[in-house]
Amino acid sequence: MSFKKPINHHPKLETNKLGLTRRDYEGAVSTLCAGCGHDSISAAIIESCFKLNIEAYKVAKLSGIGCSSKAPAYFLEQSHGFNSVHGRMPSVATGANCANRDLMYLGVSGDGDSASIGLGQFVHAIRRQVDMVYFVENNGTYGLTKGQFSATNDLESKNKYGEDNLFKPIDLATMAIQLGATYVARSFSGDRDQLVPLIMGAMQHKGFALLDIISPCVTFNNHDSSTKSYDYIRDHNEAVGKTDFVPLGEEISTSYKEGSSTEISLHDGSKLTLEKTDANFDPRDAGKALNFIREKEKEGKVVTGLLYVNDLAKDLNETLNVTQTPLSQLQQDVLCPGSKILEEINQSLS
Amino acid sequence: MEDKKYLYKRNNIWWVKVAVPKSQRDKFGYDLRQTTGKSDLDEARSVRDHIVESLKSKLSESENYIPLPSTKFMEKTNIENPQYFHKVVDCQYACPAHTNVPEYIRLIAQKKYTDAYMLNWESNVFPGILGRVCDRPCEPACRRGRTHEKSVAICRLKRVTYDYKDDVEKYIPKSPKIKNGKKIALIGAGPASLTVARDLLPLGYECTIFEKDHKAGGLMRTNIPSFRLPADVLDEEIYRIIDMGAELKLNSYIDKLKPVIDEYDSVFIGTGAPKGKDLNLKGREISSENIHIGIDWLTSIAFEHVKKIGKKVVVIGGGNTAMDCCRSALRLGATDVKVTVRSPFSQMKASEWEIEETMEEGIPILDNTSPKEFLFDDKGKLCGVKFEKMEQVEIDGRKKMQSTGEELTIECDDVLLAIGQENAFPWIEKDIGIEFGEWEMPVVDKLTMQSTHPKVFFGGDSAWGPENIIWAVSHGHQAAISIDNFCSGVSLKERPDPITNLVSQKMGIHEWSYDNDISQEKRFSVPHEELSKSLKNLKTEVELGFDEELALEEAQRCLNCDMQTVFEDDLCIECDACVDICPTDCINFVDNDTEEKVRDKLRVPALNLDQSLYVSGKLKTGRRMVKDEDMCVHCGLCAERCPTGAWDIKKNSYKESHTLTNKVVAKEVA
Ligand SMILES: Cc1cc2nc3c(=O)[nH]c(=O)nc-3n(C[C@H](O)[C@H](O)[C@H](O)COP(=O)(O)OP(=O)(O)OC[C@H]3O[C@@H](n4cnc5c(N)ncnc54)[C@H](O)[C@@H]3O)c2cc1C
Ligand SMILES: Cc1ncc(C[n+]2csc(CCOP(=O)(O)OP(=O)(O)O)c2C)c(N)n1
Ligand code: SF4
Ligand code: SF4
Ligand code: SF4
Ligand SMILES: [Mg+2]
Repeated sequence: MSFKKPINHHPKLETNKLGLTRRDYEGAVSTLCAGCGHDSISAAIIESCFKLNIEAYKVAKLSGIGCSSKAPAYFLEQSHGFNSVHGRMPSVATGANCANRDLMYLGVSGDGDSASIGLGQFVHAIRRQVDMVYFVENNGTYGLTKGQFSATNDLESKNKYGEDNLFKPIDLATMAIQLGATYVARSFSGDRDQLVPLIMGAMQHKGFALLDIISPCVTFNNHDSSTKSYDYIRDHNEAVGKTDFVPLGEEISTSYKEGSSTEISLHDGSKLTLEKTDANFDPRDAGKALNFIREKEKEGKVVTGLLYVNDLAKDLNETLNVTQTPLSQLQQDVLCPGSKILEEINQSLS
Repeated sequence: MEDKKYLYKRNNIWWVKVAVPKSQRDKFGYDLRQTTGKSDLDEARSVRDHIVESLKSKLSESENYIPLPSTKFMEKTNIENPQYFHKVVDCQYACPAHTNVPEYIRLIAQKKYTDAYMLNWESNVFPGILGRVCDRPCEPACRRGRTHEKSVAICRLKRVTYDYKDDVEKYIPKSPKIKNGKKIALIGAGPASLTVARDLLPLGYECTIFEKDHKAGGLMRTNIPSFRLPADVLDEEIYRIIDMGAELKLNSYIDKLKPVIDEYDSVFIGTGAPKGKDLNLKGREISSENIHIGIDWLTSIAFEHVKKIGKKVVVIGGGNTAMDCCRSALRLGATDVKVTVRSPFSQMKASEWEIEETMEEGIPILDNTSPKEFLFDDKGKLCGVKFEKMEQVEIDGRKKMQSTGEELTIECDDVLLAIGQENAFPWIEKDIGIEFGEWEMPVVDKLTMQSTHPKVFFGGDSAWGPENIIWAVSHGHQAAISIDNFCSGVSLKERPDPITNLVSQKMGIHEWSYDNDISQEKRFSVPHEELSKSLKNLKTEVELGFDEELALEEAQRCLNCDMQTVFEDDLCIECDACVDICPTDCINFVDNDTEEKVRDKLRVPALNLDQSLYVSGKLKTGRRMVKDEDMCVHCGLCAERCPTGAWDIKKNSYKESHTLTNKVVAKEVA
C-alpha cells in the first residue's frame, strides 16, 4: 500500500480569492504518530491561510527541535522554512524578521522547545515584540525523545509509565501576558472551530502573538492520568467565549446577546468579535484576564480562548526603525552612500 | 443547473428514481425505478411527476410505510444490510448481473487473467462477448467519472480477461451423470436462454434449447456485426454452455407452445423481440426491393445471404441498429452512406461510443431530418428519399419537433430502416393461460420472471421489449432461480440472499493487503485496426483490444470501491486525523440533524443525493461521524492515520445468488 496522498481533490472543493483550494496549502504527508494533535494544528493553519487568501511565498515557517518542530514540513509546502536548533527558533525568527519585514513569520515550537531549553529565547522574543505568530504545540511531554515530563506538565500528573511529576508547571500563556505579549490565546487542537479564528486573528495581528495550543500526544501522554489528553481537556475546557474572525470589508454576521459581545479591531481593518460568557473577564484588561485564569485554575479548569489582546503596541521593527525594504533588496547606492556623504558626516562631527 | 430531480439517464433514456425510506428497504431495495421512455430531457420532465407520484403511492400503500417527517434526525447507518456497501461499489451495483468489477480488475493487475475471466463468467456468462459489445451501464456509474474525468474502461478490461486467459475448461461445471428428472424447454438460443441453461445444467436439469435458425446465439449472432463481435468469440462462449450438457435443437421453430408445456416440467421463453419496425410512407407500396428492414438485413448478412448493397445508401434511424447498419453497408461496398435522424444530434439514442466510431469511419449523420417519401425512377426503381428538416420548438414549456418547411432529397440506391424493434408472439396460443397486456406484451412478474401460466417463464427481450445482452443474462439468472424453486416445490418468492463477506485488509503495522496506489492518468483508449484495413472486410474486428501493458495501466485507474471504510464508534477519540488526511474531504464530525441539513453542513456539501451518507452513533462529544460516500477514493489513508483503529478497511465481496453460486470456483485476491 502506498502512503502518498492521492493528488486529486473533491471536484467541488471550495476555492479562495486566489483560486486556490485548501489542499494547495498542504505540505508533505505527516510522519508524526497517527492521531497526534500537532497534525490537527497543521490542518488548522492550512485552513486559516486558505481563508485569509495568503500567498504561500510570503510566509516563513521557523521551528526548533521536537515533533512539534517537525510540523512545518506538513503544511505550506511552498513557503520559506528554517528548522533551527533546539530552543533557538526565537533568535532566528528575530533576525529574519528584521531582515525582511514583508514576510509573515510563523514560529512553531513545543513545550520542551519553548518552556525548557528555549525559555530564555522565548522571553526575549516577547520582550522585544517580534512581529510573529508563535505556536506552542503543548503536549506536556518531550514527544520526540519518547515521553519525558516537560515543564508545562501539571504537578502530580503521571507519565505513561506511572511515575509522578514532582514540579509545578510553567504557564506560557500567563507568562506571555506578564511579559507584554499583545495577543495571547490558549486553545485545543481538538477544537478546530475555536482554533481557526484564533489563528486567523493572530496572523492579522501586528506584534507578538502567542498561541498556546494543548495538543495531545497520543503515544506518550494520552493516558488516564494525563492532564493533556483528549479526554481530560474535553472535560475541563472552560472557553472564555466564542471568538469569530471577521475579515476586512465583511459584515459581522453572528448575532450576540445584548452587551455580551466585544469587538476588537486589528491593524489591517479586520475584526475579532468575542462573545463573553463571564462578566468578570475582559481580554483587553491584562489584570482581569490573569485573575480570571487563576481563579478558574483553582476550580481545575483549563481556560481557553482569546485571553489578552492589545493592538496598539509598537513592534520590534518600529522600535528599531528598521527599513521597510527587505535587506536582500537594498542596492549598493543605498547601502553605501559614497564618499561625499561620508565627508559631510565627518564635517558635522568636527 | 438543469432541473433533473428524480431523473437519471441510462442508454440515452431518462429514468425516474425514487428513494425508498429505510423502513421499507428490505421490501423495495434502495430505490424504485421506472423508465420515462423518453430520450429528451424536457419530454422526460413532462412525464416525471406522474411517475414519481405512482412510485410514491406504491410505497405508501405498502404495509410498513412510515412517512418520513422532514424533522427526523439521521440515524446510525446499518452496515449489516448487505445493500449498504453493495451500493458503494457503483459499477457492480449498476451492472444488471452485479459483476464484481473491482475484484476482476485487481486480478488483471496481478495478471491472473484466468481467474478474472472465471469471476466474470460466474456473473455475466459471456465475458468475451460482453467485453466487446456490452452496453456497459457500469461505466456511467463508475466513481472515477466523478472523482476524476472519465470512468475506468471496465468493459474493455473484461475483454482482456478473455483475450489473455488460459484454458478454462477444467473450471467449468458439468451436468451430473445422474439427472434430477426434471426437463426444461428453452425457446430461442439467445443470451437469455443460454444463461438459464448454464445455471440449471449443473443441478441435473435436462435442458433442451429450440432455435429456429441454423446457428445459436440470437441477435448476438444475427445482428451484432462481426467487425464488432467475431464469430469465434461467440462460438467459444456459446458452446462452453452447450458442452456442459444441453441439448441444442437448431432449425426448430416452435409454432405452438401448448405441446411444449405438456411435455416439459417448465418452459423458458427467450425468443427476443424479433420484429423490425417498418415505415409506411408514401412510395412504400410501390416496391420493397431496395428498402430493407435493418435487423432483417443484418441477419441476412450474418448468414451470408446478402453480400453486397448499392453504392448510395441512406439509413433512417438514430439508434445502435442504425450505427451497425451504416457501418455494415460501408463494408459491403457502399461508397456514399448517410444516416438520417429525426431528432437533434444531442438526443440520438445510440450509445456515445457507437456514434463516435461511426463518425470516425467518415459517415455523416444528418440530424433534424425526417423522412417524408420514397422516390422511384421511371423504371420503378428506388432512387432517393425525400426528407423534411425539423426543428425543436417549445410549446407550453415542452419541447416538440416541428417541420421547418424546408425539404431535402437524398439520392440513393438502398434504404435501411432502423427505427425500432417489436415483440411478436404469433406462435403462442391465446387460450392456454398466458395473459398478454398492453402492446401485446406478456404479463411477467418483475421479480420471478413468471408469466400468468405457472410453468412458463420469460426473459431477455421477450419479457419487456428490446434491452441488451447483460439484461438478458440478469433475467436468465432470475428465471433459473424461479424454475429451480418451481420444480422443487419452493415458493418463487423465496429468493436466496446475496452472499457477502466483509474482511479486514489490515496485515500489520502500516501493512494493508491491497494496492491503493491509483493512477492519475486519463482513460486509455483501445487501439483500433487501421481504417483502410477494417473497412475492406466485414469480418475484420475494428477494436484490437488493450495490449497487456495498456491493460495493466488502465487497471491501475480503478479506485477499488469494494475496499470499504468501516467505522467503529467506540474506538474513535475524535482526533480529526482522518478528516485531515482524507484527500477528497469525505469525513466529517458534525452535530446530528435532518439529512438535508447534515448534507448541507459537511466540509464539501453532499449534493449528490444518489450517494449515501455513512453516519455513526453518538460519539463522546455528542457529535456524529458523517462520511459522504460520493467521492471516497478508497485510499485507506483514514484507516492508516487513525490512532485507535476506529477506521478499518474491509473488502466487501458481494455475490448475487443464483443457482450456480458456489459451483464455480473463482479465486479471490487479497
Ligand atoms: C443491431 C443490433 C445491435 C445490437 N447491439 C448490441 C450490443 O452491442 N450490445 C448489447 O448488449 N446488445 C445489443 N443488441 C441487443 C441484444 O442483441 C439483445 O438485447 C439480446 O440479444 C437479447 O437476447 P435474448 O436472449 O432475449 O433474445 P435474442 O438474442 O433475440 O434471441 C432470440 C432467439 O430466439 C429465436 N426464436 C425466436 N422465436 C422463436 C421460436 N418461435 N422458436 C424458436 N426460436 C425462436 C431467434 O431466432 C433468436 O435466435 C443489439 C441489437 C440489435 C438489433
Ligand atoms: C540541544 C539539544 N538538547 C536536547 C535535544 C534532545 N531533544 C530533542 S527533542 C527534545 C524535546 C522536544 O520536546 P517538545 O519541544 O515538547 O516537542 P514534542 O516532541 O513534544 O512536540 C529534546 C530534549 C536536542 N535535540 N538538542
Ligand atoms: S473505480 Fe473501479 S470499483 Fe470504482 S466504480 Fe469504477 S470500476 Fe468500479
Ligand atoms: S479511504 Fe478514507 S481517506 Fe481515503 S478517500 Fe475514502 S474516506 Fe478519504
Ligand atoms: S482518526 Fe480515528 S480516532 Fe481520530 S477522529 Fe478519525 S476515526 Fe476517530
Ligand atoms: Mg512536547
